[in-house]
Amino acid sequence: MALAEQQQTNADSPAALFTGLFGDDGVSTQDTADGISTAWIGRDHIHRALADAKRQGYEMLLDLTAIDERLRQHRAGQPPADFTAVYHLMSFSRNRDLRLKVALPIDDATLPSCCDIWPNANWYEREVWDMFGIEFTGHPFLARILTPPTWEGHPLRKDHPARATEMEPFSLPEEKLEREQEALRFDPEAWGMRRTRDTSDFMFLNLGPNHPSVHGVFRIALQLDGEQIVDAVPDIGYHHRGAEKMGERQSWHTFIPYTDRVDYLGGCMNNLPYVMTVEKLAGIEVPPRAQVIRVLLSELYRVASHLVFYGTFAQDVGQLSPVFYMFIDREKVFDIISSITGGRMHSGWFRIGGVAQDLPKGWDIAIRELLAWMPKRLDHYQKMVMDNSIVKQRTRAIGDYSTAEALDWGVTGAGLRATGYAWDYRKQRPYSGYDQFEFEIPVGASGDSYDRAAVRAEEIRQSLRIIEQCLENMPAGPYKAFHPLTTPPPKERTLRDIETLIQHFVNTTWGPVIPAGEACVGIEATKGINSYYLVSDGGTSSYRTRIRTPSFPHLQMIPLISRDLFIADLIAIIASIDFVMADVDR
Amino acid sequence: MNDTWLDILIGNGLVIAILLVVLLSLAAVLIWLERRLLGIWQDRLGPNRVGPLGIGQVLADMIKIFTKEDWIPPFADRAVFILAPTIVVITMLLAFAVVPFAPGIGISDLNIGLLFFLAMSSLAAYSVMLAGYSSNNKYALIGGLRAAAQTVSYEVFMGLALMGVVILAGSFNMREIVQAQAANGWYIVPQFFGFVVFLIAGIAESHRLPFDLPEAEHEIVAGFHTEYSGMKFGLFFIGEYLGVILISAIITTLFFGGWLGPWLPPLVWFCLKTLVFICFFVLLRAAIPRPRYDQLMSFGWKVMLPLALVNLMVTGAVVLVQEG
Repeated sequence: MALAEQQQTNADSPAALFTGLFGDDGVSTQDTADGISTAWIGRDHIHRALADAKRQGYEMLLDLTAIDERLRQHRAGQPPADFTAVYHLMSFSRNRDLRLKVALPIDDATLPSCCDIWPNANWYEREVWDMFGIEFTGHPFLARILTPPTWEGHPLRKDHPARATEMEPFSLPEEKLEREQEALRFDPEAWGMRRTRDTSDFMFLNLGPNHPSVHGVFRIALQLDGEQIVDAVPDIGYHHRGAEKMGERQSWHTFIPYTDRVDYLGGCMNNLPYVMTVEKLAGIEVPPRAQVIRVLLSELYRVASHLVFYGTFAQDVGQLSPVFYMFIDREKVFDIISSITGGRMHSGWFRIGGVAQDLPKGWDIAIRELLAWMPKRLDHYQKMVMDNSIVKQRTRAIGDYSTAEALDWGVTGAGLRATGYAWDYRKQRPYSGYDQFEFEIPVGASGDSYDRAAVRAEEIRQSLRIIEQCLENMPAGPYKAFHPLTTPPPKERTLRDIETLIQHFVNTTWGPVIPAGEACVGIEATKGINSYYLVSDGGTSSYRTRIRTPSFPHLQMIPLISRDLFIADLIAIIASIDFVMADVDR
Repeated sequence: MNDTWLDILIGNGLVIAILLVVLLSLAAVLIWLERRLLGIWQDRLGPNRVGPLGIGQVLADMIKIFTKEDWIPPFADRAVFILAPTIVVITMLLAFAVVPFAPGIGISDLNIGLLFFLAMSSLAAYSVMLAGYSSNNKYALIGGLRAAAQTVSYEVFMGLALMGVVILAGSFNMREIVQAQAANGWYIVPQFFGFVVFLIAGIAESHRLPFDLPEAEHEIVAGFHTEYSGMKFGLFFIGEYLGVILISAIITTLFFGGWLGPWLPPLVWFCLKTLVFICFFVLLRAAIPRPRYDQLMSFGWKVMLPLALVNLMVTGAVVLVQEG
């Protein structure tokens, strides 16, 4: 199905743009299942190509990752490579994507850093170095980011063990303990901070990983002059669980519940980009009823997630009560979700090709109650939180950035919309039938902490509108596609003939075999653009699973927007960003 | 006076003993009261398992806090670290000496009672500062510094706000201030602005939300008492609640006619009025977000101080004209 689409997009492929730039030398194109223009660029040209792409309107470095190609079978038409670096660029003005790939040999896995083009490349390049051991020349601080500094090996290489059982039994002898503790010692110079300035000595405050307001295990090293922040260096990785590595072991189907835990407030909305990517690879069309059920559940989770944000936002500026009221509302949302899925926070309800089960009888009753209940409560919260003069004093003009800065730093979601840029994945690139729904994109004006909160508060109302439309227009029909690769496989005819029985048996025990290829699908998740980039090598599990999460670049921006402010402002900024550490560290 | 010194000692000793017991248990019960009230206002239950209405929670908490290890961090300044939490409790309890609970009930009828109260509440600031300093912890240090700056600035107009009352009553003696209100009506009416300024300063003095910056948990973990645990932490806790009771009692005395009121016995009136203000303190905590540190300071110096000064001048002028 994607073939016609691909050919059409390839006709005006930006690869032509690069052949113009470099001649035919070192540029080739690749067809992918998702139809995103993909070009292979020589290592010597990549920096120029990226800079040129940015000039051509690809404003954002959405993602930068790599693939270990050494065990991959199906690479027809691709240049030989041990590792492939993959740059995913996104143009908001032209609403299209561009994927640039660079082939690298293992004995010389180096690339020029592109931190000078996109500041958010800094963390992405550190992650690629950490996970694959690809070096970036010219990088300001190429250190491990997700694993501890004492880690040996590069976890996403295919020769790195994926489980503890593949390794030696763990032991902690005295000298290793010493070494680990020495590595934990805080050295301001190594973090790029000075100890003194003119007449004053700075104080270094280690905010986190255990701190009441950092929303998980997140650490910021603060360089303070009095209570004023001179510099802030975020340190992540405490919540890293190797979700991408797990994706290479789990079957296509059994990885679904792992995705729930990535943005753990987003519930089965996390499943959506994953299953849609697999469906794209397999060529499965999802029936309308399944699509609307997915939209319904996704929006319910968006409401739940935004309520947590709203409450903790108020709490972090010292207002203790709203979070309790909002958790009561959230509980009502979870009641609905559990009546449909049986689960609360991690329902894992979406399946390849549809959803796990049809909606239960009377599913709409509790939703109608919620729709009648919530608007009143939201008005109440508006008065209590957003109209409160102390809240305004604490958050207005704190942590503000412009649209251009947001695009430069990879900021998506409410953080981008708060700058006044009305870009919502659901509107600009409708998926799962979002084009059939009526809703508005709330935007802010100044991109400060207050606006980020205000945008999310309004998004709750818009989500309720979408839920109402799901209620009124739920299509009839199957809740799962009738396709051999759906999971669990169709069972209706299994006892009629042996062929379907065998097919059912194999697809249930091994899991489906997804055709070889590559695809990337993104969605407007609760916190911004969440996308899955999957590489299938024609097996029962993914060859490479890349999870692009919105919170990762958002945290990277903290130093920029918190300099010269007070500690209390930093807390307000952290509160307004709306992140969960699982979404950052994966 | 025919009382011998022994009679005075026994009489006063009894009152002091009763007061100590009542105040300390009241402070403990307040912890329960606050948690229950917050529970009601925040649509949840609060502690309701131990004993009727959960009142046994007070006892359980006491047992827990008394049996905890008395731990002093090795990096702390030992002597000061131990001293700090006792200061707040001692000064707060001493301040109650001048509170006139009812005619004939009270410890000391000091002729400079009001000044004594102000002096004691200023001394309490040392507790927080020393705790922050001796903990040798950065969060505690920031908390201690915040406390020092906050208390010093709010002290200024806390005192100034009360001078209006002193002018009207013509005395620093708490008992005489109440009696003056019996004659002239409660001072909340002529001294409304004085009341507002004193109330706000009182919240700041007792480090309660919205002015809990020295211990703002979302910013600096637990501020000055980050390193404290067990009974030493308990003393800070009790000290804070004693502060709440004290400020409420002083507001009652100075602005709401103290024990004055019809039908009920004077002591009951006094307790009822004080309880209303205690509940108000709890309600504030449930309702209002926390301003930033510099906003709190500029609010103090730019709004509260001028207001207190204007109030003082107008009161003085009016009294002068009336006596004219």
